[in-house]
Order: sequence, then C-alpha cells, then structure tokens
Amino acid sequence: MSDTALSGPKSPTARNLFAALQLDTRLLGMIGAFIVLCLVFNVFTDGRFLTPRNIFNLTIQTVSVAIMATGMVFVIVTRHIDLSVGSVLATVAAVMAVVQTDVLPPLLGLGNPFIWILAILVGVVVGVLIGAFQGWMIGYLGIPAFIVTLGGLLVWRNVAWFITSGQTIGPLDETFTMIGGIGGTMGETGSWIFGVLAVAAALWLQVSSRRRKAAHGFPVKPGWAEVTMGVITTAAILAFVWVLNAYDIPSARLERIFEARGETMPEGLVMGYGIPYSVLLLIVVTVIMTIVARRTRLGRYIFATGGNPDAAELSGINTRFLTVKVFAIMGGLSALAAAVAAARLGFSTNDIGTLDELRVIAAAVIGGTALAGGVGTIYGAILGALIMQSLQSGMAMVGVDAPLQNIVVGTVLVIAVLVDIIYRKRTGD
Amino acid sequence: MDAPLVEMKDMCISFGGVQAVDHVSVDLYPGEVVGLLGHNGAGKSTLIKILSGAYKADSGEIRINGKEVHIHSPRDARAQNIETIYQTLALADNLDAASNLFLGRELTSPLGFVDDDAMEAETRKIMGRLNPNFKKFHAPVKALSGGQRQSVAIARAVYFNAKILIMDEPTAALGVHETQMVAELIQELKKQGLGIFLISHDIHDVFQLCDRIAVMKNGQLVGTARTTDVTDDDVLGMIILGKCPEGAIPGPGALVDDTVVG
Repeated sequence: MSDTALSGPKSPTARNLFAALQLDTRLLGMIGAFIVLCLVFNVFTDGRFLTPRNIFNLTIQTVSVAIMATGMVFVIVTRHIDLSVGSVLATVAAVMAVVQTDVLPPLLGLGNPFIWILAILVGVVVGVLIGAFQGWMIGYLGIPAFIVTLGGLLVWRNVAWFITSGQTIGPLDETFTMIGGIGGTMGETGSWIFGVLAVAAALWLQVSSRRRKAAHGFPVKPGWAEVTMGVITTAAILAFVWVLNAYDIPSARLERIFEARGETMPEGLVMGYGIPYSVLLLIVVTVIMTIVARRTRLGRYIFATGGNPDAAELSGINTRFLTVKVFAIMGGLSALAAAVAAARLGFSTNDIGTLDELRVIAAAVIGGTALAGGVGTIYGAILGALIMQSLQSGMAMVGVDAPLQNIVVGTVLVIAVLVDIIYRKRTGD
Repeated sequence: MDAPLVEMKDMCISFGGVQAVDHVSVDLYPGEVVGLLGHNGAGKSTLIKILSGAYKADSGEIRINGKEVHIHSPRDARAQNIETIYQTLALADNLDAASNLFLGRELTSPLGFVDDDAMEAETRKIMGRLNPNFKKFHAPVKALSGGQRQSVAIARAVYFNAKILIMDEPTAALGVHETQMVAELIQELKKQGLGIFLISHDIHDVFQLCDRIAVMKNGQLVGTARTTDVTDDDVLGMIILGKCPEGAIPGPGALVDDTVVG
C-alpha cells in the first residue's frame, strides 16, 4: 500500500497526504482522543486542566505506571500476562527503603552520595530476580502466566509486609527522593539543553534512515513529507520542554533553596521547574525499550513468538528462555517504577503500588497492545498510561464522585479495546 | 554411485503409546527428489520433523554425507544445511516478509542491531527471482495471499544455501501457475545438487517431480521404488493397501500374501 502511495504524484493532495507521511493512523487516533479529552476537561475545569502546573503534575503521576507499561507490552506481546507488578513494586520498594535507611547508613555514613544509586541497584537486581523466577516457572515448568503472577500478586505484597514488619519506612535518602518528581528537576537551562539535544537526535535519526533507504534503492518519502515530519517532531519536543519550564517554582520554596545553599535570593527571581528527573528516566526507558523492540534480535523474537510461537520455535528461537528474559525485564522495570513511586512519597508504605497491575495492563491495552499477542508498541503504552492518568486526575479536578471515576475508567478501557477491534477489522491490519 | 546425502536408519518415535514412526529407513542422494507418500497420519510429517529438528527420535541413526549427526533442535538441523518448508509454512503472521525470511538468522549491523534495510534488500533480490510479482515488502505476511506466503516460506528455505530441502505439501495452497513455478524451482535446485524430500498427496505431482518414492502406512515403511519402475496404480496400492508391487523394494510395513512381513 505504502509503495503505491509513494510512486504517486509528488504534490500533496488530501487523499495521499497521510499515506505520504507514512504516519501510524492508530497513533494519530489515540493522540486525537487524548487531545479531545484534555480540551473537554479544560472546559469543565475553567481552564485549570491545561496549565503548566497541572501538566507537570500529570507527567510525574504517570511515570511509575508508564515505566511498567513498557515492560507489560513485551509480556502481553508474547501472549502472557503479569498480575504481580504492583506487588513486586511493593517488595522492591521495601527492599530499597530498608537498604537506604537501615543497611547502608551504618556502613557508609548517613547522607553518603552513593546511597541512592546503591539502593536502586539492589532494588533492580531483586526485581530482575523475582521476574526471572516467575518467568522460569512460566517458560520451563509450563505453569500459565496468569496463575504464576496471580500467586505472585499475593506473595510479593506480603513479602513486602514481612520486610518492613508492616511499618512505613522513611524518611528516605534525600538524593533518592529526587527521582520522585517535583523534588528533582533539571531546571530551565538544563531542560532546554536536553530539548535541543533531543531534537538533534530525532532529526539525525530521520536523515540517516532516509539515507540508508536511498542507498539500498528503496522508495523514500517525498521531501516535503520528511520536512513536515521533522517540523512536527521538533515542535512537539520543544513545546514539551517549554510547558514544563513554564511551571515556576513558588517563590517561598525558591527562597528556602537559596537559604539552604547559604545564599540570598535575588529580588524578583523567577525560576521554572523544567523536566523532572523521573520523566527523564521514563524517556530513557522508552528509548531503550523501543530500540530493544525494533532493532534487536531479542525484540524481533519477542514479536515473532507472539505472532506464532510454533514458527518461532521451528526457527530455532529458544522460546522458554525468551519468556524468562521478558519477565526479567518486567521485574527490572517494576523496580525502577518502585524507586520513582517510593521517592515520590518520600516513604515506603505497605499499600504502595496497590492495583498498579490493573493500571499497567490497562495502559498497555489502551495503547494498542493486543492480548492475542504479537502486536503492541512502546509509545502506545506510554500514551495509554497518560490517557488513564489524565482521565483520573481530570475527573478528580472536575469533582466527579470517586465511585463514578472508576466506573468511567473501566468503561473507557472496554470501549477503547472495542474501537481498536473495529479499527483492525476495517483496515485488515 | 555417490554416498547418500542423508541416511535415516531405523527411526522410531512414539507419542503416548502410539508408534508414529516405526523402524523406518530412508535415504536421499544429491540431486535427487524423493517423494514421501501415505495417508494422513501415516507418519510422513513426523519422520520429516525428526530430520528438521522439531521432534527428537526415540531411536535410530541419522547420517549426513556418511557421518552420524545428532539433531536435537531446529538450530542443529539448520547447522547441517537442512531447510524445511512446513505444511503450515511456519511464518510469524505479524511480521513482514524480510523479518520472516531471516527469523533466527537476522542480519545485524556492526553494533549488533538488526539491520532491516539490508534484510529488505536481500529479500527484494531473492523474491525478484522466485516471485517477481511480489511487491508487499512492508505488509505483515498475514495480509498476503496463499501463494505469496508460500513464496516467502520457499525463499526462506533456499536463501541460506540449503543442501537438503524438506518440502511438506509445497503446492497444496497454490494455483496452477504457482504450482508450475514450484516445479521449475525444484528442477533448478536438483541441478544444483540439492537433495529434496517432498511430501505430497498429489500422485500426478509426485510422478512429475520425484525420482524415487517412499510409501508409509501406519508408521511403517511399505516400500521404496523408482518412479520409472512403477505405475500410478501400483503406488495407490502401496498407499491404500500397503501392497508392494514388483519393481519396488519392500519395507517392514509391506503386505505379502495379505500378512505383514515384519
């Protein structure tokens, strides 16, 4: 289809415009739905929904679930499910909290700058081991993923309870809490530098991909389409940075920051928050997971196995070990999400991550991951997480009753999947 | 005469008490097409899956170029230059032609990343030879017609310099024109010295394409014969009754005076 569209007339007509841009129409539909959702909430909240402050809050609230949703894409693509992510998150959060409050300070001294990274490393190792263990039971022992992780849901939630004896652990290490969200941001200058680097990387990717295609003699998009895509990407990245920079640090808080450094705040100084470190972490996770999905053998085998497990096996792919890898990745990402969630609270609590498994699965599914396997994208899952979070916090802002909020979220999940099924039938995709 | 390319001796495999392949011995010479015939459930696909690494035999010996080999997985079979076109095609429906062609053997860039452009270029080259009408390089293979899917599966088998080719019902899903293309391809591969095991239900196909036939019934070998030494009716008798005609070499499953030899 795309080939014929490309050999058509070069001038843009309404009919071949989208074809020439080679945009993912599903993604466009999701972005469209998201924009409509935001605009509706903005109207009902008298313009409070689309303020830099609220957008900032939305992004940091989404990070923990979004990080796990990228891993859930791999799990669901290989025709499995992971119901244990919320509980694994709790266990890892408990481990990280104990490591940084009880274990490391006596060894390294309280406030040692390495405590946060060591705590996270230990947490990630624990998460990967839990995930790999569950993956081994699924891949090698043949227990269905639903059962293994349903058991995990109960087991790990209460392992967390034993680690902390049911207590809330905290306050957590100060540096550690910086990856929670508002407590650690890149500042305006840092955010702009990041934005410019991101634009440069995106454009370089676009150009090098076009060159490679041309070198092989493949049809390439018309020049105007490439330029349009480049402009859209650039505008989106810079707009994102601009919005997060536009949320100013309250002056009282800014004063305290300067006091802590022993300086006095210059009169009338205004500083924006910029990109939170947690969002930076999510961006890094997204980029790495997308590369894994599209540019590595591991990703290719994950999708092949999801599409046809027998064919994958006959092609010499070790599908059992692949299952272990997929669940290990999921465990590692749950650990990163645990770091963000605990850091955001400043404490590790007993109920941390409760019901996250459902939010994560919903995010992946709303993002177009098919439970039948073989289909799903990382960016779709992130967008799904964002849509879920926007729905919930938007309804809270409008003042919708709590029970009604869940009714709406549940309904949206089902309708989103229905729309996806109808779309796939129409396009034969 | 040359040494056989493949010798399978006394192969046995059973599934839960059912002897699917029962002391079957077949061989294959370079540049030769051997047709495997038999009813559904006669054990021909199972026998061939032992050679392709999908199943592990309970007992028996596989020799390739006279040397004994152990095939425990599809990877082992591929390492012996054994390629298989399965009846089900074994394609990942959600991936495009190039991804399927190179599945398990992806071309990678110096950094170790999958090089989709290089794979697409190679796919375009080989498809240009096998099926010049093939244009859907970016569509998932489930969007392709039966013939196009078949040509992807065939391309995958012949691209990697196979020495031994196993074709399980290669023409079952094809139209007249495409069947002719497969026949021409088989002739060309024969000339290159490949040995081909062909599973087919179509007696006409078998006589046109094969040099020898081996007939199986109830997991046992009825007999083998040169296609020049037997008639259509002889072969049908072997398949249906297990009766071994003159000119064929009887196997353990052959009927002699209405009683089984073995």
